[in-house]
Amino acid sequence: MKNRTLLAYACFYLAFLYLPVLVLPIFSFNNSAFIAFPLTGFTTRWYEALADSALQQALVNSLKVGVVTALLSTLLGLLAAKAVTQYRLRGRGVALGMISLPLFIPDIVLGISLLLLLGTIGLPLSLASVVLGHLLICAPFSLAVLVARFEGFDPNLEEASADLGEDRWMTFWRVTFPLMLPGIIASLLLTFITSFDEFLVAYFLSGTQATLPVYIWSQLRFPARLPMVLALGTIILCVSVVLVVLAEKLRNQGVKKPMVGA
Amino acid sequence: MSFLSVSQVSKAFGGARVVDAVDLSVERGMFFSLLGPSGCGKSTLLRMIAGFETPDHGIITIDGVAMNGVPPNLRPTNMVFQSYAIFPHLNVFDNIAYGLRKSGLSSDELRRKVEAMLATVRLEGLGARAADQLSGGQRQRVALARALVREPKVLLLDEPLGALDKRLREAMQIELRAIQRKVGITFVLVTHDQEEALSLSDRVAVMSGGRILQVASPRELYDRPNCREVADFIGEINFFHATVKEVTESSVTVNGGLLGIVALPKTNVANGITAGDHVLLAIRPEHVGIAPQGLSGTIAAATFLGERSHFHVKIPGRTEPIAVSGQAPAGESVSLEFPPEKLIALPATG
Repeated sequence: MKNRTLLAYACFYLAFLYLPVLVLPIFSFNNSAFIAFPLTGFTTRWYEALADSALQQALVNSLKVGVVTALLSTLLGLLAAKAVTQYRLRGRGVALGMISLPLFIPDIVLGISLLLLLGTIGLPLSLASVVLGHLLICAPFSLAVLVARFEGFDPNLEEASADLGEDRWMTFWRVTFPLMLPGIIASLLLTFITSFDEFLVAYFLSGTQATLPVYIWSQLRFPARLPMVLALGTIILCVSVVLVVLAEKLRNQGVKKPMVGA
Repeated sequence: MSFLSVSQVSKAFGGARVVDAVDLSVERGMFFSLLGPSGCGKSTLLRMIAGFETPDHGIITIDGVAMNGVPPNLRPTNMVFQSYAIFPHLNVFDNIAYGLRKSGLSSDELRRKVEAMLATVRLEGLGARAADQLSGGQRQRVALARALVREPKVLLLDEPLGALDKRLREAMQIELRAIQRKVGITFVLVTHDQEEALSLSDRVAVMSGGRILQVASPRELYDRPNCREVADFIGEINFFHATVKEVTESSVTVNGGLLGIVALPKTNVANGITAGDHVLLAIRPEHVGIAPQGLSGTIAAATFLGERSHFHVKIPGRTEPIAVSGQAPAGESVSLEFPPEKLIALPATG
């Protein structure tokens, strides 16, 4: 009896989580401009309509921002993670807290403050300003992933490499980097998705160069375009799921392999 | 100048002197040990020889070349780390070949060299084994092979056997000694295990509180410790307070309290001891004899350890029981004798 209640609860919970998401692909194949049951028939015309040049431009913008943000935030995360885990730093806790703080600041506050700041110092709004905003949001994620990876890292490994004749640069390439690689890839994927999906900060900072979420938002004003947005949403959803699964898989693979020399 | 020389080397961490004006000289091809309790500065000294720490003062030279300012990757030393630091992403072969990248060997020569080293440490055929599939003893061998294959002038070993269980440790001690004889490289070993230091080394430096107390052969260290700390650290020993009465050419006469007036051969007495000095008489448990006429006491405790059995005898007028080697005789009381030629006199202070 108790088990059955628990099972029903679990089913309800999963339905609550995933049904709204399922609506997206269902209506994206529905042959009607109106989002309402009953379904009227199967079509792929909303997907064909995606071949819109403004939309493609927005997609390219989002990819650019995502890739640059992922690379920069992973690089910053790598350096910060190495610093806080391998050296006895004064103010280590404070530094970690400051880097993680943007996680707890509402994005809308972040967006408005950045908009004001950029306006004050006279920087024009562009994709570059979006990257700056996204860096604030993504750096804590990179740091968290990479700190976890570095914590299992035996500092003797780098000393052993130096002892065996390699300088710092070759030690990094031959020892540190390969051992950090799963963490680095996980961080790249995670930050890319975060940036790619991000709307609020991008909305404030993108100016005339809309990113994909900003473009989708702008299209919602036209009811006729809604099914097309659903089609787009379906594609993004699929790609996001694939990337997240990949990132998690890599992260776990890293955890299973012992990293200490002992 | 000796092959490896450390002169007046000091190192402090946050105000605390970890290594304090240490002088050492190690001859080429020697198996040398730094022995001391944990925290005595022996590992720091080793890391300074390897180049991982910079001395605050003093000079380290290897084969006549001063090492100050030379980074670890350019030093003619290699190290076996306590944690072994085997590269987890490389297999056994690649771990051993790691330090040969710049050696200019062809891939055939490199393979032959690594295979030969695998044979030396008895890991034949395990080259393709992943690092995480190795046992503790195998990791130790890989760490040793990886360092030896570079043919360093000095091989540094930081408690290399500490992580192994007792039986494996004893087997590896014998093997380590055999490998050192075979390759002829100068070994400097750091250990807190006195048996390990005594059984492996040609010479041992005993360290305490950042200073070297005595440098000697294992035999000398055991038979003629130069101070109370060394005597205490190396094996078990009994002490008696005594006062020097007379010093002559060949012997020293002391008033040994419970032992009475004893004349020791001059060679058993530490240098610089003169009449009137307060000294410690020391004697190893295996030199304490059982005699009908002697100091009598009661058997307080007996420990059976096969050939290493010993027992403690409580003597009236003395708080510390006396350790004696061998099986305890039947009965409760026993009388002991202390052959003067086996007694050694140490300075009572320091």
